Amino acid sequence: MWAELAVTTAKVVVVALAMVTTVPIMVWVERRGAAFIQDRLGPNRVGPLGLFQPVIDVVKLIFKEDVTPAAANKGLYYLAPLISLGVAMVTFIVIPFGAGHDVSLFGVPLRGLIVAPDLNVGVLYLLAIGSLSVYGIVLAGWSSNNKYSLLGGLRSSAQLISYELAMTLAVLGVLMATGSLHLSDVVARQSGAVWHWNAVTQVIGFAVFLVAAFAETNRLPFDLAEAETELVAGYHVEYSSMKFACFFMAEYLNMATASALTVTLFFGGGTLPGVTLTGWLGLFVSTAVFVAKMCFFLWLFVWVRWSLPRFRYDQLMQLGWKGLLPLATLNLVWVGIAMTMGWLR
Amino acid sequence: MAIPTTHFVILASLLFAIGAGGVLLRRSGISILLGIELMLNAANLTLAAYSRQHGQLDGQVFVFFVMAVAAAEVAVGLALLVAIYRRIQSIDVDRLSIMRW
Amino acid sequence: MELVVFYVAAAVAVVSALVAVSHRSPVVNVLSLVVTFFCVAVNYALLGASFLAAAQILVYAGAIMVLFLFVVMLLNAPSEQPTPEPRPVQRVAGLALAAITGAGALFLLLAVRVTPGVAPIDGNAVALGRLLVGPYLFAFELISVLLLAALVGALVLVKRKH
Repeated sequence: MWAELAVTTAKVVVVALAMVTTVPIMVWVERRGAAFIQDRLGPNRVGPLGLFQPVIDVVKLIFKEDVTPAAANKGLYYLAPLISLGVAMVTFIVIPFGAGHDVSLFGVPLRGLIVAPDLNVGVLYLLAIGSLSVYGIVLAGWSSNNKYSLLGGLRSSAQLISYELAMTLAVLGVLMATGSLHLSDVVARQSGAVWHWNAVTQVIGFAVFLVAAFAETNRLPFDLAEAETELVAGYHVEYSSMKFACFFMAEYLNMATASALTVTLFFGGGTLPGVTLTGWLGLFVSTAVFVAKMCFFLWLFVWVRWSLPRFRYDQLMQLGWKGLLPLATLNLVWVGIAMTMGWLR
Repeated sequence: MAIPTTHFVILASLLFAIGAGGVLLRRSGISILLGIELMLNAANLTLAAYSRQHGQLDGQVFVFFVMAVAAAEVAVGLALLVAIYRRIQSIDVDRLSIMRW
Repeated sequence: MELVVFYVAAAVAVVSALVAVSHRSPVVNVLSLVVTFFCVAVNYALLGASFLAAAQILVYAGAIMVLFLFVVMLLNAPSEQPTPEPRPVQRVAGLALAAITGAGALFLLLAVRVTPGVAPIDGNAVALGRLLVGPYLFAFELISVLLLAALVGALVLVKRKH
């Protein structure tokens, strides 16, 4: 009982700390990456290569004046950033970050570097909690009592609902091929060789999922909820200081979760093709592999943001409903046919 | 120890009564729809509770169906509200007297 | 332990349901109903219906209530004003009717004698899926038609005439 509790606590601490640590690192990567793409230098004064810039940023945010609009709906105005951050903080407990089914800690089997191995609804939990993130944005937009905020909030709720459909359908293809809701089973099925990865067997599904993930995390080219040039900053115009930082952190946490999910669903998670990983060494190696794959997608988020222009709103909706949704359905049909014919193992 | 089925049934009845009260007493169209949702949820809870009582999954399948029907109901209901709002600039059901002469 | 979770969830559910049907502001109504639905999801989890718990959050909290919130904001629905003329008869009759409905539901539900003892079942996705595409296949297909009809109906209803 106590040993199990200790193991779970250890896993929560390790995973949560790792996820939170990605935020400052990603802020640095984003700023330096943007500078690199735009042929500038970027922040380079604080620490080597400007690495301590995020620390300074946090200090600045904490000491900024915290303004609350007089006409705002106070309760909801305070609640909204907490919802955003809270949702972003609890989604990743079903993601298997590394192997380690044969090691034990305090005499209790570890069952992989995954916080909740027993949650038998796995992916469904992730989708369900992920669908709640829209509340933070909508409430922020509405409670600020500002027309730009409201427009941003409305846009983003429509966007999130539309792209959630395509994303869920793309995930459904993977689940169909796996026959289980456990993400560890999804990873196990993709082990062995590169052509077992779902990104190879379900190329269309992967493309749909990736595009939808960009839209779900409100990142360019789909950041119409913010759209500085037309909506000032959308739903968080009226937020300052740490309340703004909550939204900021939630965005980067969501990016990390989306990357981790992409790696898990389509790129074989922590498995290395052709290598069997066992014991503690396997745990560390597979976690390293997972993180390496994840880093690629995190970089992709930055890369795309500074390379592509923003969509227009009607284009966004057209892409979601007329482009991605039929493609995701097509992917489901393909998986069904391939499974019946025995092309997928 | 497992929670007795009666507990769930009592909770569901309470929620159902609250939902019915909402439907009967409120005048805002949105609140009425919310009350209906609450009543459907209460019914779902009893279905799931008796599903466990009988050791059969059929009740849970019905909950699934009710959820789908509720989603359809909300889509049409809210569309009606939007249409009504466009016509009389209000969602107060007391003012909805177009069908009366 | 489970009983404590149940009592907390039940109390929160009832209180937030009361707020949901009685508060004047539509946004507060919608949000407190979201809390109620969460508590119902907890109840599903306690009943061993983990798939339903996830579906409850995904469908109700994630989709249906967002739709409500969207419409509330789209219409910018004002808080409900107190009626100019008090209507005590309607109020009392409504409350009484709600109480009778609740009591009647409770009475009927408790009057059904079932064998005591709780059979353990596992409401996992696989078992539910087998039932859905097995004995209930026809109903399942009908539901899909119903959803399609609702989708088209909603679109036609809100379409502006040019």
